[in-house]
Amino acid sequence: MHRLAEEFFNWSVIREMFPGLLTEAVKNTVLLTVASFIGGVALGLLLALMRISRAKALRWPAAVYIDLFRGLPLLLVIVFVGFGLPIGLGVQFPNEPFTPGVLALSMVYSAYIAESIRAGIEAVPRGQMEAARSLGMPYRMAMRRVIVPQALRIVVPPLTNELLALFKDTSLLAVLGTRAGGKEITKYARDFVNGVGNSSPLVAAGAAYLVITLPMLRLVAWLDRRSKAGAR
Amino acid sequence: MISVVGLRKSFSGVEVLRGIDLSVEAREVVGVIGPSGSGKSTLLRCINRLEEPTAGQVVVDGVEVTGPGVAIDKVRTTMGMVFQSFNLFPHKPALGNVTLALRRVLKVDSAEADDRARRMLERVGLAARADAFPAQLSGGQQQRVAIARALAMEPKVMLFDEVTSALDPELVGEVLGVMRDLAEGGMTMVVVTHEMGFAREVCDRVVFMDGGLIVEEGPPAELFAAPKEERTRSFLSKVL
Ligand SMILES: Nc1ncnc2c1ncn2[C@@H]1O[C@H](COP(=O)(O)OP(=O)(O)OP(=O)(O)O)[C@@H](O)[C@H]1O
Ligand SMILES: [Mg+2]
Repeated sequence: MHRLAEEFFNWSVIREMFPGLLTEAVKNTVLLTVASFIGGVALGLLLALMRISRAKALRWPAAVYIDLFRGLPLLLVIVFVGFGLPIGLGVQFPNEPFTPGVLALSMVYSAYIAESIRAGIEAVPRGQMEAARSLGMPYRMAMRRVIVPQALRIVVPPLTNELLALFKDTSLLAVLGTRAGGKEITKYARDFVNGVGNSSPLVAAGAAYLVITLPMLRLVAWLDRRSKAGAR
Repeated sequence: MISVVGLRKSFSGVEVLRGIDLSVEAREVVGVIGPSGSGKSTLLRCINRLEEPTAGQVVVDGVEVTGPGVAIDKVRTTMGMVFQSFNLFPHKPALGNVTLALRRVLKVDSAEADDRARRMLERVGLAARADAFPAQLSGGQQQRVAIARALAMEPKVMLFDEVTSALDPELVGEVLGVMRDLAEGGMTMVVVTHEMGFAREVCDRVVFMDGGLIVEEGPPAELFAAPKEERTRSFLSKVL
């Protein structure tokens, strides 16, 4: 019993992880999450609008992209972007793991986010588009000023969910190469384990994730309840 | 002001409008009545091309709406439409509902748009509720905002599609009152309605539709008192 505590809950080992656990690991995880989410939402919104367009030439590339990236394992995409592309194209990503990591996460998450946004757009009553068009708004203006603002509101709960999943999935970026000071939580903890020969840093890493994910889980539940109660 | 000639509309092979001819003079108020499914809404929606006609011609204020290459968005600003389900923009307050198209479509600057919107809200008796969101307004108030929103564009004609059907009975009067004022002010109006009292008192002419055709039309006094067609008679006997 005492041995187990020593091995997994060793406070003196965990204390040594500070301040780097916060100033490097948590900070990088949050940065990776935020950057990937912004990329994912921007690309996802574009894909969703293409997906519902009346122009076939826009619709089907978006559909193919979305199905492709929802069908592939995230880790494979990360490895492909992080190792496959540099080897195949003979280039080197600057600022690892940020550039390849954010790229891979944005690419994959934009596919999921696009589907959420599309569902949100389709949940806006048809009469909204008709009212906007009857006032002389062109399709794009009606989308931008009337439909999308309402869709984004509908989409807050599912997008918060995607954000939570994205936050956890940044841990997969631990497989990528890393410049000095660029480790996210999982890599930081694993390297620490190698250094001290003790598993407690992984437990500390779990705690660091939970400090952020548990409140977010509550937030998602609250948003869900609120959007159900407020449903028109 | 409005001229509809040989208008036909099919939905996946089913012909819903089977050759409609209708002309509406400037300042005239035309009521459209008829059983459910007779094509009244489809006719209105073909006039501003929310629905694409299968055949026929629509001319509004000298512009051929159905013409090839017509700038439909621009033409639509000359036709106000009010819907059964209000369709106010829920993310904007009453004032914002009215100013949105003024500013974005007609490019009216924001102070002027606010000004115009407030005048329109006053006209429908809602000056005091300019900052209320649609969800905070009663159905009757929402519908009056929707009318103000359409009027703000200074359209040449107004199209009303059963605008009181979704309202509680005690709220119908306030909306019909606004429409009556509009009619008296000389607006050209096409009013699809189940309110026979309104059709009788306010409309200059009433059109009875059935099965995608205009069966009979005439001044309300004549059409209601002495319908010529058997179908009109049997419809009126059910609703009056
Ligand atoms: N988008 C559509 N697709 C297929 N069928 C349609 C569509 N819109 C209308 N219809 C059909 O066309 C017919 C006429 O519909 P319309 O809404 O014009 O009738 P209406 O006279 O307005 O009836 P109501 O009094 O119930 O509003 C109906 O049979 C309806 O089912
Ligand atoms: Mg109808």
